[in-house]
Amino acid sequence: MSKNIDINVHHITRVEGHGNIHVNVTNGTIEKCEWQVPEAPRFFEAMVRGRRWDDIQTIVSRICGICSITHSLAATKAVEDALGVEVSEQADKLRILMHYSEQLQSHVLHVGYLVAPDLFRAPSVVPLVSKATEAVKTIIRVHRVANRWSDLLAGRTTHPTTLIPGGLTQIPKAQQLRELQETLKATVADLITICEVVLSVADKFPAFERETEYVSLKLDNPPTYTFYHGDITSTDCNGEGPVPIQQWESVANEYVHPQSTAKWTKWHRDSYAVGALARFNNNAELLSPLGKKVADMFGLKKGNCNPFMNSVAQLAETAHVVETSIQLIDDLLTKGLKDEKVKVTPRAGRGSGCVEAPRGILFHTYEFDKDGNCVAANICIPTNQNHANIQKDFEKFVPEFMDRGQDELRLGLEMLVRSYDPCISCSTHMLNVEFVK
Amino acid sequence: MSKPRVAIFDFACCEGCQLQIVNLEEEILDLIGAVDVVEWREGMSEQSDQYDIAIIEGSITRPEDESRLKKIRDKAKALIAIGACATTGGVNKLKNNFDLEEVKRCVYGDAASMPHLATGPTKAVDEVVKVDYKVHGCPMDRGEFTYVVRCLLMGKDPVIADYPVCVECKKKENVCRYEFDEICLGPIIRAGCGARCPSAGFRCFGCRGYIDNPNVEAAREVMDRYGLTVEDLKQKMVLFGSKQEPTL
Repeated sequence: MSKNIDINVHHITRVEGHGNIHVNVTNGTIEKCEWQVPEAPRFFEAMVRGRRWDDIQTIVSRICGICSITHSLAATKAVEDALGVEVSEQADKLRILMHYSEQLQSHVLHVGYLVAPDLFRAPSVVPLVSKATEAVKTIIRVHRVANRWSDLLAGRTTHPTTLIPGGLTQIPKAQQLRELQETLKATVADLITICEVVLSVADKFPAFERETEYVSLKLDNPPTYTFYHGDITSTDCNGEGPVPIQQWESVANEYVHPQSTAKWTKWHRDSYAVGALARFNNNAELLSPLGKKVADMFGLKKGNCNPFMNSVAQLAETAHVVETSIQLIDDLLTKGLKDEKVKVTPRAGRGSGCVEAPRGILFHTYEFDKDGNCVAANICIPTNQNHANIQKDFEKFVPEFMDRGQDELRLGLEMLVRSYDPCISCSTHMLNVEFVK
Repeated sequence: MSKPRVAIFDFACCEGCQLQIVNLEEEILDLIGAVDVVEWREGMSEQSDQYDIAIIEGSITRPEDESRLKKIRDKAKALIAIGACATTGGVNKLKNNFDLEEVKRCVYGDAASMPHLATGPTKAVDEVVKVDYKVHGCPMDRGEFTYVVRCLLMGKDPVIADYPVCVECKKKENVCRYEFDEICLGPIIRAGCGARCPSAGFRCFGCRGYIDNPNVEAAREVMDRYGLTVEDLKQKMVLFGSKQEPTL
């Protein structure tokens, strides 16, 4: 057994944004075990002040390149909540269809490009291009499908150009939706292939569990595996009613940890987790048949508290969003697409928008003056909410895995961080006082 | 001849431009064939201190980032700035319109005085080091990125549009956004995007930065014609053009 361990990962690779891992074990005693985040802060909540209601989503979309559609949707919904704007059923469905494209894009990127190399013990996807050519090409193919899907609904793959408070600036043509539907049907086989590839190396996910509170959206009417509508729930709610999204600040309870300056979040206990596994643990029975089939392939069951299974829950969700979208396109086409005029009148008000980013629940709140200029903003991003939970996982993982030696422990900790699919540059608050130089 | 070694680095940004490299999809295999990507933290664990071409994403906001960037510049034979954050400072420059201490207090409250939260005015990459090539846009256009990389590899100067978005918008026969009572920055913003936003029914908000000599008189005339003021125009120009706008 290794008595001394010194792990000092400066700017962990294959994650979005900058994070450090610092673990120090001397003579078998853990002296330091920290997940640190030195990302350059960008101050979005301060920057949106003074900007008009119709510029907010354009600005805050830039919080994150990978989940820009999600940020735009959360902001747009918050503006609509503040200004009392109703959205048509058609626009609502098209937005959900747009949102699904980002779930697929982000999940495939995460599992295929960022997580899979660890399972194959490769430093990146690049060496896998020659070792597992067909698997890599399948991942690229599905990623391309997701991006073209975003292009069609959002105007482009990153930073949508079609989303405005009240609706959408343009809608796809029926023929384009039919073609998308055909593409999605053809993508199902590729998705199953990707799942089989991951399943073949699933034994490389560490067997690690920690009893955790999982927080996500929940929608009862109609019962939906929801990413877009609903209220906030957690596995600790024990049947208590979900919390309206306008009250998200009472869920996140952002606080400064006494040993660090990082703003962490907690609800019923010291930390909670958000993301695909949280959604699965709250809503698994509502997955589409294909989503359930993928979960079954891996033996993933509701109540799972192995954080590494977040990637598996993401795979189940990729199947779910593709299958659900095929149905959603039918609904849209049956009703017939029509051009809709959007008219928004500014007024004073405060509003919130909450949607599930691929990596977990996301909250936006804005306040406007009578002319519709933003006077205050508060944004709480998923990785921010996972930060305390990653730290708590570290504290259990290190003693359990430190006898495997420094290299294995380091890999395990990096994999643990990656499993949360962190999006660190999203971090509008999150920071830690200690830097590893 | 060995393949040029390329390293990709990110500073303050959303990393959406790196995502555009991933979004090259199958084409990325060609890119990997033409160059050796030796460091790319977001996508790879491999790292190297030896590279010929540095690709920089993001804007520069802290002294430690300035010194990191200068070290990268010293090692690289050529430097490409990708995306609005790197080429103009982008949306991050909105911060420069406020008192920086007040901005910190707004976001971090009582913790704002802690030393690691120090932030300086946002800078574009060329405000810190020499930039050889720029790929504009938020996010950058992936076709333009591969074009610039190809030009660099072939030793040619890329031709980047220096005429306004309106030119491309007119070619697409779009109805002018001003007809929809919107303030569009098309008359003064650098084309090359194919007027992507106006073509999707969304006003141009200026992510590619201003053309070299924007015709401010024409912009004034447009505002007059639609009963708008220069102040209305400036409200929109700060989004991606704070502290760098032409004088109107």
